Amino acid sequence: MTFPQSMTPLNSQQPLVATHLRPIVPPPGDAAASLATPPLVRGLPSIQGSVVADRIYRGAILFFALCIPVLLALIFVEVGVAGWPALSRFGLGFLTSSTWDPVAGEFGAAPAIAGTLLTSIIALVIATPLALGGAIFLSEFSPAWLKQPVSFLIDLLAAVPSVVFGLWGVFFLLPLLRTSVMPFLRDTLHLGATPFFAGPAYGPSVLAAGLILAVMVLPYIAAVSREVLSAVPRSQREAALALGATRWETITGAVLPYARTGIFGGIILGLGRALGETMAVTMLIGNRHELSASLFAPGYTMASLIANEFSEATTDLHLSSLMAVGFVLLLLTLVVNALARWLVWRVGRGGT
Amino acid sequence: MVTLTCVAAALAVVPLVVILAYLMKQGAGSLSLDFFTRMPRPVGEPGGGMSNAIVGTLILIGIASAVGLPVGIGAGLYLAEHRGTRLANGVRFLADVLNGLPSIVMGIFAWQFLVRPFGHFSALAGGAAIGAMMIPLVTRTTEEMVLTVPQSLREAALALGYPRWRTSLQIVLRTALGGIVTGVLVAVARVAGETAPLLFTVLGNEFWSTSLTQPIAALPLQIFTYANSPYEEWHSLAWAGALVLILMVLIISLIARVVTRARHAGGHD
Repeated sequence: MTFPQSMTPLNSQQPLVATHLRPIVPPPGDAAASLATPPLVRGLPSIQGSVVADRIYRGAILFFALCIPVLLALIFVEVGVAGWPALSRFGLGFLTSSTWDPVAGEFGAAPAIAGTLLTSIIALVIATPLALGGAIFLSEFSPAWLKQPVSFLIDLLAAVPSVVFGLWGVFFLLPLLRTSVMPFLRDTLHLGATPFFAGPAYGPSVLAAGLILAVMVLPYIAAVSREVLSAVPRSQREAALALGATRWETITGAVLPYARTGIFGGIILGLGRALGETMAVTMLIGNRHELSASLFAPGYTMASLIANEFSEATTDLHLSSLMAVGFVLLLLTLVVNALARWLVWRVGRGGT
Repeated sequence: MVTLTCVAAALAVVPLVVILAYLMKQGAGSLSLDFFTRMPRPVGEPGGGMSNAIVGTLILIGIASAVGLPVGIGAGLYLAEHRGTRLANGVRFLADVLNGLPSIVMGIFAWQFLVRPFGHFSALAGGAAIGAMMIPLVTRTTEEMVLTVPQSLREAALALGYPRWRTSLQIVLRTALGGIVTGVLVAVARVAGETAPLLFTVLGNEFWSTSLTQPIAALPLQIFTYANSPYEEWHSLAWAGALVLILMVLIISLIARVVTRARHAGGHD
């Protein structure tokens, strides 16, 4: 490792500093020159020592950086290997079968997979308009004094622990659903005639899980949308306004199309959160291995299935099946998150 | 339409307000000094607290920080100093992917990797699991904060003959410290309430334990257990626990915000 290389500044556009540095600091081992060093520099460690220290420093941060890929790979391998017995035994049937019978040793994760997707979609359908509308309000219309506090409150929602959402859901949301919302949807709006809102209103249900997920993913979608909207150049808005567009037309015609990809990325990011959310869903979904068309019926998600049965798994195959469910969940969230990051990154690159 | 967006913003704030208000109402009644100093009592006996769970959560946060901070800050420094290289871009992308990893998957991974081979649950396994969840958050904030340090500062230090490592650690890192502290606090606030990674690693403990190799109690776990129980006394303890947990998280978040603001206010020196 040569000295000038270690001095290369971060931004390659910046002038190299090493050329200015060279004459001031004496080369290693030059005793005469070091006596002539100006007082400011005297007392600093010798270059010889610092080359070694630099090497250690660079090695250390490289090691820490490499921890991240290694950790991810380890998670992949450990969970994959643990789930392999179940995956190899049931094959694709693991994803499509809806039998989950620990006693008979038959495992199929279809209801949990479907439940995961269904609750996440409910969450996005409810959260997206609220988050996007809120973000548009904050970035375009809100008076300046309101911006900070409201953004902070929405961000704070992301800091509420999952188990607290669950606790609140069990004692506040479920009774509310049981006594008011569900009867209202089913009887007052006559949606009970459709299979989606039919059946008795117990409380713990796919709908309850979807609602709590909506609250939980809202801050993520709102934060990304807000960021993306504020990255839209002023000129874009000014051009639209100059053409005679109203403020609302400016947003729908000029701002939103520009920010579309990024907002979509934010929604996908929210989806990633919703897919893997565990505690609140486990407490609210009712935990039943059956997929019903009705949103009032209890169900399962992959995460809640693992959380609920993992410590009770008695046979190796049961445990392996739960690991396999974890592996499927891992793959699903990885794909979704990678997609989201790519979308947001593309806007970030295009926006600046 | 403008009004509609205003309504959406208002509705987005409603859940937080409702949750906080309901928590206050339910939790404040059961919150007393006993809650912080007493152990849980068996069902039927009134009173009791969660001192073991509070201490357990603090211990777990300590372990998590010991795991997550060095890796996160080191990796963040690497990403900032090697910006644009293929490795840095790859690591940054994977850090974001790790950030989106479901907490339950981290839980079963930690069980498979840190519990199963040793044959028993331990505080260390759970702390390491939530520490791993801190890594991506700390990495990305460190990187962003280090990048805000003016290049001239770095050049000045290098021009004075500071070696690269001292420039990074004593000049750049120290200048960016306010922001990094904010990021660390946000990460701590997030993992403090994590429950899923703890379910199969630290297990929870009804008794007093501070041993790192034994199962330990944790506030989020205790809330989960008590909320699922059929007993009224346990429900009210769960509310009090949730209130304490959320106050902890909110206070940490507020401190983080104050630190950020102080940094911005004094940003010119």
